[in-house]
Parts: sequence; C-alpha cells; structure tokens
Amino acid sequence: MADSTPPPLHGPSSKEKKYDRQLRLWAASGQQALEDSHVLLVNSAGPGVVGVETLKNLVLPGIGHFTIVDPATVSEDDLGVNFFLDEESLGQSRAKRCYELLEELNPDVEGHYIAESIENLLEKPDFLSPYTLILLVAPIPARLIDIICRTAHQTGTPVFYIHSVGFYAHFSLLLPSAFPIVDTHPDPASTTDLRLLEPWPELSALVEEKARNLDNLSDYEHGHVPYVLLLLYYLERWKKEHNGQVPQNYKQKSEFRELVRKGARTNNPEGGEENFDEAIGAVLKSLHPSKLSSAAMEVFEAEECQNITKDSQTFWVIAAAIRKFYLDHKATPLPGAVPDMKAQSADYIKLQNVYKTRARADFHEVLQTVRTIEKNLGRTTSVDEKEVEAFCKGAAFVKLIRGRPFHIAGSKAGINWGHRAKFAYQALQDPSSLLPMYLGLLAVDTYHAESVDKPLDESSLLSYTSSLVDNLEREAAAAGSSTQDVDLTEAKTQVSQVVQELIRHDGAELHNISALAGGMIAQEVIKVITRQYIPIDNTCLFDGIGSRSSVLRL
Amino acid sequence: MSEMNGVTTSRQRWKYLDRVLSRPGPFTDEDWVPGEEVISFLESAKVLVIGAGGLGCEILKNLALSGFKDIHVIDMDTIDVSNLNRQFLFRQSDVGKPKAEVAARFVERRVKGVKITPYCGRIQDKDEDYYMQFNMIICGLDSIEARRWINAMLVGMVDMENPESMKPLIDGGTEGFKGQARVILPTMTSCFECQLDMHAPRAAVPLCTLATIPRQPQHCIEWAHIIAWEEERKGDILDNDDPEHITWLYQKALARAKEFNISGVTYSLTQGVVKNIIPAIASTNAIIAASCCNEAFKIATNTNPYLGVPETANYMMYSGDDSIYTYTFEHQRKEDCPVCGNLAKDLEINARWTLQEFIDSLAERAEAQLKKPTLRTEKSSLYYQSPPALEEATRPNLRKKLFDLVSDGEEIAVSDPAFQIDFKFRLLFRDK
Repeated sequence: MADSTPPPLHGPSSKEKKYDRQLRLWAASGQQALEDSHVLLVNSAGPGVVGVETLKNLVLPGIGHFTIVDPATVSEDDLGVNFFLDEESLGQSRAKRCYELLEELNPDVEGHYIAESIENLLEKPDFLSPYTLILLVAPIPARLIDIICRTAHQTGTPVFYIHSVGFYAHFSLLLPSAFPIVDTHPDPASTTDLRLLEPWPELSALVEEKARNLDNLSDYEHGHVPYVLLLLYYLERWKKEHNGQVPQNYKQKSEFRELVRKGARTNNPEGGEENFDEAIGAVLKSLHPSKLSSAAMEVFEAEECQNITKDSQTFWVIAAAIRKFYLDHKATPLPGAVPDMKAQSADYIKLQNVYKTRARADFHEVLQTVRTIEKNLGRTTSVDEKEVEAFCKGAAFVKLIRGRPFHIAGSKAGINWGHRAKFAYQALQDPSSLLPMYLGLLAVDTYHAESVDKPLDESSLLSYTSSLVDNLEREAAAAGSSTQDVDLTEAKTQVSQVVQELIRHDGAELHNISALAGGMIAQEVIKVITRQYIPIDNTCLFDGIGSRSSVLRL
Repeated sequence: MSEMNGVTTSRQRWKYLDRVLSRPGPFTDEDWVPGEEVISFLESAKVLVIGAGGLGCEILKNLALSGFKDIHVIDMDTIDVSNLNRQFLFRQSDVGKPKAEVAARFVERRVKGVKITPYCGRIQDKDEDYYMQFNMIICGLDSIEARRWINAMLVGMVDMENPESMKPLIDGGTEGFKGQARVILPTMTSCFECQLDMHAPRAAVPLCTLATIPRQPQHCIEWAHIIAWEEERKGDILDNDDPEHITWLYQKALARAKEFNISGVTYSLTQGVVKNIIPAIASTNAIIAASCCNEAFKIATNTNPYLGVPETANYMMYSGDDSIYTYTFEHQRKEDCPVCGNLAKDLEINARWTLQEFIDSLAERAEAQLKKPTLRTEKSSLYYQSPPALEEATRPNLRKKLFDLVSDGEEIAVSDPAFQIDFKFRLLFRDK
C-alpha cells in the first residue's frame, strides 16, 4: 500500500471514478497494462459468440485496442445468439458490426475489424506482430492454429484456444516458456510474516521496553500490550526453561499456549483480555520458521535465476538478488506488514516501524545486490527501485508458470501427450474428471480438419475418440503407467455421452455458455496482461450440465 | 429446420437454440418430449429479475438470448458513473436515469420479440400476489438484506396443496474475481437463510478503538464517519454520494491520522470504507449471471439436469484469483433455519453480557445479522424498538445482565423491521 498521501483536495479523476470498482483489484499499474494492450480475436467458422462476449468483458474495463477478424456476413441465425448484432446488421460484415456495437461500450477503447479469413491474413509475415494477446476460436483449421502458435511462441505472445459447443466450453492457454508473476495477490491472512522465532535486536528491545514488567502494569496497559510482544516475551521465558529451544511440535506449542493463557488477567469486568486472546490464537499459525513456498522455490531454482546474463529480464535479475539474500540469511526479505491488533496507538505504530525499518534494510541489501549484478554484467539499464521493492514484499509468494504448447488435433494421427501422458491417463480413470469432454472436443477438431461444413457424424467422432483413448493408453504405458488391470469402461461411456451431446448441438453455441466462458477467459486475459493474480496452467474445461469446471495441466 | 419436430422456419433466428430444444441428449430424462411444447413453455414463462446492476444487465441479455419472452425486472437505483465499467446496457448519457427502465428498453431494442417490464422501486413494495405470477425469480443483488427478504417471501408463499406456488429462486453474487450461483427450491432445498453464514459480515471495529486508540487508516476514516460527523455536522444528513461530504470525511481522517502518525489514508480508501465498496468487474458478473441463466434455462426446458434437484448439488462457488477453481455441492437444509426450518437456532452467549451487548452482537453474528431486533421471551418483553411507549418501558432492560433476564436454554423470539418473520433462538450460556 502506498504511503504517500495525496494533497488534501485531490479528488478522483473522471477515469478513477469510472474504473473505481476495478482499480481496487489491479491498481493503476494493472490498468495501465490493460490500456497498453491490443487483443486480437480470430473467428473463423462457427457462430463466434464466445470471443465477442470475451471482448465485451475486456472493452468495459478499458483495454487499449481490440481487433476482430471474421470473414462471415451476418445472417438471421446470428441474431438469436449474438448480442452485439441487431436487425440492421443482417447481410453486413459480422466483424464490422460486432466491432461497432462493442466499441460503443467504452469511448476510451479503440476497436478495429478485418472482414477477411485468417488464412489470407497470415500470408503477410508480420500480420500478428501488433497484437499483445490472441484469442483463437474453434472451429479453425489446425494448420492455421499451428502457424499462429509457432509465431506467437517466438514473440512470447499469449494465445487462447477456445471451444464453446452446447453446454460445454474449453480453453487452453499458451504462455511464454517462462511467465513469472510477482504480484500474485495472496490472501492477506496467509501472508503475515512476523518472524517470531528470529527476533532481531530492535524487536527484542521493544519487548524489553513494553513487556518486561508485565506484572506491574495497570490493567489498562496490561490489556493493551500488542500480542506480538506478548508472544516474544513468553517465548523468552519458555526458552529459559527448555535449553534455549523454542516450542518444537504440536504438543509443545499447546503447552506454550497454556503458558500464555495463564498470563491473562481474568479478574476484570470482561473476564479476560483481548490481546491475550489474539496471542493464544496466533500460536499455532505464527510459531514456525519462515519457509519458502514451493512456487517461490521453483523460481529460485530456475535456470534463468542461476545464470543471469547481460540480457536477462529484470524479473530474473531481482530474483537472483533475492536468491542470494535467501542463501545468506535462510529467509526471504521481510515483507514488513503487521496485522492490526489490540494495542495503544503509539505502541502499535512503534511496533509497525520496527518491522518497516527492518523491511527497508532487507530491501536495500537486495537492491545493492541488484546493482552489483548490473555492474558486473555491464547491463546498460538499471532496474527500477520500485520493482525491487515490490518483489521484496511478495518474495515468498512469487509464481512461475512454464508455458507449453497446447494440443492441436489436426489429423487422425492423434496428439502427442508427452510427459503428461501418465497424468492424463490417471485423469481418464477418475469418473469426476472432465477429460472425456476434452477428448470429445479434440475429436470434433479432427473431424473439422476435413470438413467444417458437414454436420457432425457420430461414428466418425466415436472412432476418433477411441483412437485418442488408445493412443493415450499406449503413451501412458510407455511412460510406465500400469494399464493391465485398468478398466476404462466407465471412461469410454462418458466419452460416448460427450460425443452424443456434441452431436445434439452440432457446433451450435448456447448464449449462456458462451457468456460464461467469455467471463472466464476475460478474467484470465486480465490476469495475463496485468501480470497480477495467477492464470490457469494450461487447460480449463467447463461443463454446463453439472455446473462444474476443472483446470488440467495437459 | 421444418423437419425438426414441427418447428417451423419462422424460428430461423433460433436455429442454434432449437437444436437443444428439439433433440434429446444423453442426460435428458427418458420421458422428456422435445420440440413444440418445450418451446411454447419457454416463450410463455414469466421470469422476474431482481436487480438491474452488474449481474442484472447480464441476466437480462442472457434470458433474452435463451428464448425467454416475458421478463420483468425490479431495481430501485439510478445509474452512477462508477457502474459503467461493467453495466454494459448503460452509457455516459444515461447517468442519473433509473436502471430498470434503461436496461429493459436497451434489451428490447436489441433482441426483437422479447418483452421486458421494468419496475423502478423496492422489492418490498410488492406483495405475494405480485410474486405469485412468475414461474421463477433470478436475483442479482449485492444486498444481503434484500436477498433474505425475497427468500423469506418465497418460502412463505409455498402452499403444499398447490405445486405452482413453489417458485425456484436462482441467486447470484460476486466480489472481485469470486462469486457464487445457487438454485433454491423453497421448502424443498436449503434456502438463502440456511446459507446465511456463507456471508459473514465484516467485524465492526470497537468504538473505543475509534475514539481513543486508532491504529489503521480505516480506524481514522471510521472515526470521521461515525464520531466527527455527528459532533461537528449534527443535523446534516451524510450522503455517501456527495463529493463534498466524502472530501470532508477524508480531510478529517487525514488530520487524525497525522496526529497518531498513521499512514495510508487516501480519498479512495475513504470512499471504500464509508460506502463499504466491494470490487466488481464485468468478467465475474458475466460468469455468475450466465451460470444463473443456464440453470434457469435448464429448469424451464428440462434440456439437461439442473442444480437444485433435492439431494443433488445446488450451489456453485467460483474463484478466479489463483487459477480457476469451482466447487459445486449440495448445501444442506438446516432444521433450525428461522425461515424454512421448525426448530429454534442455538446461540451461545456470555450470560454476563448486558442485553445491549447481546443486541449489538446480533448484528455481527454470521448466523443472525439483525440490526434492529425486538426481543421477547414467551413470558416477557425484553426490548421493543417501537412503539415509543413500549421502547421506553423496556429500555431499562438494556443495561441488565442476560442472566437476570433469561435462563440457560430459554427460547427467545426476535423480530426485525427488515424481515417479515420471527427468528427463534435458544440461548445457551457459554460460561456456566
């Protein structure tokens, strides 16, 4: 949270007023990232509603630009499913009319449209280069998906590949091979880091000052000693009786809790003390050494973090500096935030300042390392201090997503499950998994690779799904899964039910499902563009029959 | 399309929708007859949408494009500039106009053949006869109180002799990247009141903290809001939407923060605390509203199983902060639900509390959330909010300890002007 207070008369700007409810989620920095972005929607065949609904949810919060590619002209049946078309749109370009009716939602957004097929457009080699992020909606020829993904992967442009058919929706996300996030917005309750087991001299001095004479304090003072200081005080007492050891296990922590409980005064009108209640409540949560989350560990162990070069992204430079800090101190930089607690104002502020000062010192040490790295490698630009500070505050919760190509089911040859074969095979055996839906949609893609116009045909789809299942089983077996006693009858029944449901809709979109998927995809787009919160990795399925979703790494 | 169960070409516009209405699927009921009858029910069904805000705008669009033709919408609010980042049926030039009216006209213009009847006012203005005309009700509200009111109304309307009196209630709610959609079949499934503890109110900061020992920027703002305004501008009614009022509070809070060396008071935070602002974005509303309408569509057409069938899932929780996570489950009915159950709800209390302290706690307890309660036991009146004579007569009780007023395990009845029903609680002494 920014400490600088604006001049007293500074009211919100008109933009701050309009975007108030979202700035509370992603702040001005996230908003700026949205405004700098240009999202490309590629509709090819099919009704194309899901992409338009996604764009609606991005135009409203104010992305900078969007472009719709769609070769279709508006027909009567579009009007029953697409809200961004009207009577006068009939016979006009669908890209143009959707662009017009979307753009009027927000005067700050600039829209564009291209009423051509993506196939023609891709002949221009740098066609994709203006775009920050690409939305590809099925059905679209596999060959084109492949071209787009290859190009995008080279430039680090995220791509969403989307299905919305009847009650089913799916999207997969292709991210760059390293997609790090600093501002993951973890739950504030889970991020409190008080370092009670490793107090530093200034903190111990404050304990000495405020809690040493606990027994001689007036009732008012006694009931207002901040719980952090109470815990530190009783920890010292405990250590004296336990060879300098802090409580080690659940049993000892429970005993320690009793020790604290006995310290509370109960002969007052309230029959207890709130600060002691807070201390007792915090024992199990706060008495553990600072530990790195597995997500953060992954960042510090990444090759990019261990081999910084002149051209490394700033994220990795800071990560390397924090890694050094971690190796030197066995802890990440102190975030410095102190939760609210029962205390007198001045005491609380004093405590807060002890934590803040320590956090500043840790940050400066990291910054120093960053500058040394920059100098040693001869980097020409220096990392912004604010970026280093933000990283220090969230160091324990940073996250790295390794983007990987999603499956493109173009031909009858099937797909390559790679090192996810065992996982996918496991998922197939779980009756609550949505993997059968995924297989059904891949089969539809295979079918469309031959003809987009022919109605879906049950026997073709079933033969594609059964070869997908066989193929998966073979790969899983090759990777070491036991397939001997596995009974896939239920999975196969589920797959065939999915196929029947897909045939029932024959490529039709239901507005509700496309609106729902459009909301999910827009949330993910916002997370990817702002680099805040954590996007999916890498495939999401939604089943509108049972109202459930599942995210699978495939 | 004429070959599909007699659906004629005049439905060309509904080509995609008609596929699901005219063909059975692997999960449809064996007895389900697709086609004309389903379509004609969908077209004649009367649906009430409560709220024309972030969720409501989405719901109206979705229902219109799901084939519903007779939609009603209630909303008491007018359009504010901060609505425009998500309430997509409104434009800058609509600011100040009633939401229900503008939303209804927009969707009617865009989707030919749908009739949307707006009512600009409070849900409490309408009576049982009004609510009885609908086939189902979809709620897109942020007010817990209004949702409890409509829930109690619909549960109260159920007449076991008349199946038509049971109106499915589909309710959606969002906050930031999170939300929930649920289906309530009044008296058959868990109701909104059974689920009230899923919406625990934020704990209020004790007055003495605000008055004497503030520690957080929020404490300074609450002090300006609750104490300074009352002392210095008594008589002025605080209007949360008046920028002069917010600026005044902001400056007061800022000065107090400076006095106590507290940092972090901003205009935006002041607004957030005073108006209790919940972050809201278009995408989350889209997800939750569409989920509600998907259930409404399935209920109206039986094209697939829906949430809310007794003994099956009735609640979908959505969370988008960290990847995407949904949890779809059956929320169980509660026998001691004050609205749809028969038993009094157990409430653990500290017998040394005064009645006043107990009353204050009722506002905050997740399972009660009653702000202006009138309380009585079977034998005596504990406290009456009105009429004035009774209030005065019972006021001395406020300072008495609970153990002087009630016995351990005694049942009390609580009423509140915000609700039509009595809440029954059995008081259990915590420290005996």
